[in-house]
Amino acid sequence: MAVLIIVVAVLVLLILSIIAIFNALVRLRNQVGNAWSQIDVQLKRRHDLIPNLVETAKGYMKHERETFEEITKARSRAMGAKTVTEASKAEGALGEALSKFLLVVENYPDLKANQNFLSVQEELTSTENKISFARQSYNDQVLFFNNKIQMFPSNIIANVFKFTKRDFFELEAPAEREVPKVSFT
Amino acid sequence: MWELIRANKRNSIILMVLMAAVLLVLGFVIGLAFFGPGGARFGLVIAIFIWLILTMISFSSGDQILLASSKAKPVTHDDYPQLFNIVEEMKIAAALPAMPKVYIIADPAPNAFATGRTPKSAAVAVTAGLLGRLNRDELQGVIAHEVSHILHRDILFVTLAGIMLGSIVLISQVFLRGMFYSSMGSRRRYSSGGGGGQAQLIMLVLAIIAAILAPIMAYLLYFALSRRREYLADAGAARLTRYPEGLAGALEEIANDKSPQLASVNKVTAPMYIVNPFKRKGQMKLSDLTSTHPPISERIRILRNMTHGASFKDYSDSFTNVTKTRTVVPPTALTKEDIALRQASAEAKKKQRLQTQMRQVGDIMRKINEFAFLACLCGLKLKIPPNFKGESVICPRCRRKLDIPEDS
Repeated sequence: MAVLIIVVAVLVLLILSIIAIFNALVRLRNQVGNAWSQIDVQLKRRHDLIPNLVETAKGYMKHERETFEEITKARSRAMGAKTVTEASKAEGALGEALSKFLLVVENYPDLKANQNFLSVQEELTSTENKISFARQSYNDQVLFFNNKIQMFPSNIIANVFKFTKRDFFELEAPAEREVPKVSFT
Repeated sequence: MWELIRANKRNSIILMVLMAAVLLVLGFVIGLAFFGPGGARFGLVIAIFIWLILTMISFSSGDQILLASSKAKPVTHDDYPQLFNIVEEMKIAAALPAMPKVYIIADPAPNAFATGRTPKSAAVAVTAGLLGRLNRDELQGVIAHEVSHILHRDILFVTLAGIMLGSIVLISQVFLRGMFYSSMGSRRRYSSGGGGGQAQLIMLVLAIIAAILAPIMAYLLYFALSRRREYLADAGAARLTRYPEGLAGALEEIANDKSPQLASVNKVTAPMYIVNPFKRKGQMKLSDLTSTHPPISERIRILRNMTHGASFKDYSDSFTNVTKTRTVVPPTALTKEDIALRQASAEAKKKQRLQTQMRQVGDIMRKINEFAFLACLCGLKLKIPPNFKGESVICPRCRRKLDIPEDS
């Protein structure tokens, strides 16, 4: 009799702890998903801002055709990206093009005095920051989640219920680490 | 990160229990002294009753009361895009469940605070003086510090502990004043009872001592924990922004500020602010026990000493390096994290001239406060306060007469 009670108690405890671990894993996975959607929102916002930016700046920067073309091209490539790796590559290139543009702007005092441009610039700067902060928070969550599904005992439950590791989101532009050219003409 | 929040919650609960104990002992002793053995329970009930009412008020509208008493005005993205954007950036970095409300306080003293009950319903308030003096990176550092307070659940703690402290001070003040005013009339009661009267007299002395000591003890408890929380929020800000220099620069700017002390602040709300809003004159090394904030110079040195990374571990190492004391970061939060520091943003490097920035902030403040703006033909911009009577003004530069539009 006593043995039976102990067996039942152990079983109940086991089931309860499995439920707790499972729920924790689900919560973490949702947090990762939520962090990813934050990045997504900001990337969309970046794409939306670019036409506005180009439109405002075009009139002042007649000699920067290349820069604008680069930005527009990178934008359409980023918008067409299908996978996470593809997206991170394209977005990295776009980010690079935009930061180059923001440096070039320093050479156009008229543009910098334009109230309209200033507000677009603030939005763009902030969106760039938001993307990097969202990425930072996403990678934190992914690290936490990946650790959890690899560590004992939660790895058993993760295996049974098919929780899989998530990829980090790195915005790395290939071979574009050189200093941007700035012309004083 | 999560370990830190958990440790912080535990500390809050311990502090609340200790303060509740102080409150109950105070009620007990005062009841005993006033009404004899049967009165102890009565005193307890009164103390709990006062505390419950204040807690209920603070839970339902504590943040609103605090914001209103500091004369904070809500702002939207349209009023001040940069401030709003920075708060949103930090909200994203900290993965808060909702955007905190943003408030500006019309005061030239640079300072900031966060309040609210949960991360879902939080608010951040900054003074106009702060906005006028800091560049983007520095402002980001300050906002990150405030968002860390929200993330670490310090905001609820400060509100509740402040209320508890308030009730303890209230009860002992009422008792001590009551003693003072009634001492003449009631003296006879204590001397007529013989032996029993003597015991009551002893209780009375004990009660007076308790009423004097209780608020002091509560203050010390409160201050000890609020200092620790400031360090932790600094560490959190460094981790969120990956850029400790931003907050360090902001603190330096605030420390060098010469404007008069913040107008709407009191002893209980002081620990909420990013730096101590009370400016001390002359003596700087007042006892460390009674100060709500760690010395600014020390906070700056710790932040500037973080040269290897921006994790809690890096802050903790820098802390022990600078202060030569035991770290304030709970050991469970000291996991090894590899967090690289970032560079200063391009915008922060070109520092705007202070005067222009101050003027911009001034215009934003006037817009929030419903000033009307009139552009004169000579190029002067006139600012008309909302309570201005009359239909026209004379331009002070060119003496032209200007009509004030009706709808302003």
